[in-house]
Amino acid sequence: MAFLSPDFSPAYPEIFLLIMICIIMLVDLFLDNDQRYFTFILSLISLAGCAVITFVTLSSEVQYTFSGMFVDDLMSDSLKLMVYLTVALVLIYSRNYIRVRGMFKGEFFSLSLFATLGMMVMISASHFIVFYLGLELLSLSLYAMVALQRDSALATEAAMKFFVLGALASGFLLYGMSMIYGATGELHTSKIAEAIQTKTIDHQVLIIGLVFIVAGLAFKLSAAPFHMWAPDVYQGSPTAVTLFIGSAPKLAAFGFTIRLLVDGLGALAADWQGMLIILAVASMAIGNIVAIMQTNIKRMLAYSTISHMGFVLLGFIAVDHNGYSSAMFYVIAYVLMTVGAFGIIMILSREGFEAENLSDYKGLNQRNPWLALIMMFLMLSMAGIPPMIGFYAKLSVLQAIVNTGFIWLAITAVVLSLIGAFYYLRIIKLMYFEAPEHNAPVLPSFDAKILISINGLAVLITGIFPQALMGLSLQAIQTSM
Amino acid sequence: MLFGFPILSIVIWLPVIFGLFVLIIGNDHRLVLVRWISLLGSTLSFIVALPLYTGFDSTLSSMQFVEQHIWFERFNVYYHLGIDGISMPLILLNCLITPLVVVAGWEVIRNRTSQYFGAFLIMSGIVNGVFASLDAVLFYTFWEASLIPMFIITGVWGGPNRVYAAIKFFLYTLLGSLLMLIALLYLYHESEGSFSILSYHQLPLTMTPQILIFLAFLLAFAVKVPMWPVHTWLPDAHVEAPTGGSVVLAAILLKLGGYGFLRFSLPIAPDASHYLAEWMIILSLIAVVYIGLVALIQQDMKKLIAYSSVSHMGFVTLGLFLFNGYGIEGAMVQMISHGFISGAMFLCVGVLYDRLHSRQIADYGGVVNRMPIFAAFFMLFAMANAGLPGTSGFVGEFMVIMGAVKINFWYAFFAAITLILGAAYTLWMYKRVILGEVSNKNVEQLQDITLRESFLLTLLAIAVLWFGLYPFPLTEVMHVTVDNLLEHVMNSKL
Repeated sequence: MAFLSPDFSPAYPEIFLLIMICIIMLVDLFLDNDQRYFTFILSLISLAGCAVITFVTLSSEVQYTFSGMFVDDLMSDSLKLMVYLTVALVLIYSRNYIRVRGMFKGEFFSLSLFATLGMMVMISASHFIVFYLGLELLSLSLYAMVALQRDSALATEAAMKFFVLGALASGFLLYGMSMIYGATGELHTSKIAEAIQTKTIDHQVLIIGLVFIVAGLAFKLSAAPFHMWAPDVYQGSPTAVTLFIGSAPKLAAFGFTIRLLVDGLGALAADWQGMLIILAVASMAIGNIVAIMQTNIKRMLAYSTISHMGFVLLGFIAVDHNGYSSAMFYVIAYVLMTVGAFGIIMILSREGFEAENLSDYKGLNQRNPWLALIMMFLMLSMAGIPPMIGFYAKLSVLQAIVNTGFIWLAITAVVLSLIGAFYYLRIIKLMYFEAPEHNAPVLPSFDAKILISINGLAVLITGIFPQALMGLSLQAIQTSM
Repeated sequence: MLFGFPILSIVIWLPVIFGLFVLIIGNDHRLVLVRWISLLGSTLSFIVALPLYTGFDSTLSSMQFVEQHIWFERFNVYYHLGIDGISMPLILLNCLITPLVVVAGWEVIRNRTSQYFGAFLIMSGIVNGVFASLDAVLFYTFWEASLIPMFIITGVWGGPNRVYAAIKFFLYTLLGSLLMLIALLYLYHESEGSFSILSYHQLPLTMTPQILIFLAFLLAFAVKVPMWPVHTWLPDAHVEAPTGGSVVLAAILLKLGGYGFLRFSLPIAPDASHYLAEWMIILSLIAVVYIGLVALIQQDMKKLIAYSSVSHMGFVTLGLFLFNGYGIEGAMVQMISHGFISGAMFLCVGVLYDRLHSRQIADYGGVVNRMPIFAAFFMLFAMANAGLPGTSGFVGEFMVIMGAVKINFWYAFFAAITLILGAAYTLWMYKRVILGEVSNKNVEQLQDITLRESFLLTLLAIAVLWFGLYPFPLTEVMHVTVDNLLEHVMNSKL
């Protein structure tokens, strides 16, 4: 039997990253604490290397490899590029924060990169088993990262909760996948899609499988009513890890959802559409309303994430390219805003002090007007006020669902985001209208300051010129399906 | 475009650039520099806006000074600017009020001055953008963006209850705008992918969508105008805002609502406008009469003027839904004139407030004995506010009442009640604050207005008298546009 070597080229970035992780883990063994910056730099270089490889091989062509289990298309490339960028931002923002908290260790970086690898696999998978591999690689790394601060009871509790619920959700997903496999006899997404359309399959079995898959996805996206883990984990984790959990994995979860629901189970769109409507409305309602009552900004942002994921799901409800590309644009915009917001939290935190209560933001405009301005941009963007990118993201999603005729859904979304605007405004109110509680000077490190400025201005500038990202999302979705 | 210059773009972006510049250079040690640059920026913005008047062809009903570039292709959105006889006077009003606001805040604002002036300059540019946009997304962007500086201005430099007022202002207006957004998206869908406002004017729509669109727009614009019963944010915002904020709010931001009706509601949903006109007229008359009565019992001067603003803006909405030339032109004249008069009234209260730090009518009395020049100015503006013939306040109200008589005597009757009520609340306040014996020690120590203050009030006084005695330049530029609009609105889209 001849052994045919598969075409490795679509998976070069993943292979490169895996090798780099191994190198980093080995090198880190020989470094002492003062030399740890080397690990940090090496991690950034790995991400940059991945970005170069992905960028060089960027094409709108769809390439399958490993007997069709792995796919490389424009959507996966653009999502991966965003993932690298986000993870790099997370690492740079976190540097100071984790250093003063004794977490500046090789584990943090290797776990981050393993999680990144997991996300890349999720984004490129086109086979149920590969999905599951990617997902678990991501999740297990994240569980460990949450628990990295061993002596913190809060973090340990969060890790435990995250692990138990995460395992349950993975179980759901796996169970759903097995039902679909049982009904269709296929594991490849494209073949499943074909089987559902051509073979006579008991619809009931498919629907049961679908329900479990949607529940598992909703958990990973932290959409209500599967959102319970998010606030506790966000609050309990060290902010650096919260930032990680809240940002890049949402990109992966988006890619995952597209591949599973649209590529694989697109024929069942009429069924999952109804489920997603419930999830989206519940997420927007719970996210926006419950966030009002929070006094901890990390918890508040957790609820804000839930409501944003509701908006992303709205894009799926449109069931057309227009809608999916809007959802993709929304996810990218969301990641840009979230990274910035958590970046500010970390910049304001210092040794022995976490800037996680809303009252810590009082009078920021007097302590550091520039950071206050950036934070205002981010909050306005999250609230969906033009000319920030958050508005154009909401605009494109709403446009997609109005186009499909769900006007009532658009009105519900709009009313709920009005409620949401209140708590974003409250942050601005605290920063600008009130006197500071402490007067410790805010001294961000140079690189963090530059990056947060770019991040904040990017929210404004991509808002003023949204065509690039919008066009990219549309092209990515169109060429990948 | 005149001589190939994109004048509208300059009018929009010049103040914004100056505003950003002031923000960047600003700290409280460079007060003088900040003030002069702000004044320079706002004056320059007014000067560059003048060609809009001189180069305007008032015989054309089409858009002039048009600029059109693609903004983002994904949704077919254009950077599309242009003005007609309705938007041009409003832009000039805005450009004129901004330098006045800068001068009004000259010595008064000592706390984070650069942010204060920066916010006003940026807002001035954004508001010009609202009036000049011909693309729905561009319009919406400017429309919402104008909330941010006003929110900051009220919340940072306002009175004791400023936070409540700022948030109320923001959320109220946001609620209206978001429903407008849905309506715009629906129109985008119906017009098969166009965000051009002018193409919406021609878009055929059946009755039910027209009514729904009308109602969605109504909420957005009614909150801004503000109409009864969604006016409750205005007194709070006015009372708490600093003087400059109140002036801009009354003189400019309220006009966005009236402008919205003219640009969106009437031409896009003409049949719904006719169908619901009676309701609109009734709401307007309630604003005129009931809010006039509410103004009568106010103890706080700013609140009184705020309620009087609501009452006067009731005339605007009344005029718009009469569907005749007198009504709509009267509404336009009333908007411009209200810009001058209410701005002047708030400046007058600001003059008193800067001295005694009180807005309560009861804390004053006999001010005329110490501030005779101020009393004279205040008298003129109070009279204008009451609608005395010879002042601009009279022209608009008179035209609207004329328009109303043609439709229904009782509309005109109730509208005319305002001439009595307006005189009652304004002059009664004037009597209690200005006339009589000096009532307490604080008033005893008052100094008359400074050169800076008299400069401001003189300018506004000239405007009020000019448009009162000779409103022709104003009606001339809008006449053709209004006729064209009326003709369009009279044609059913069904």
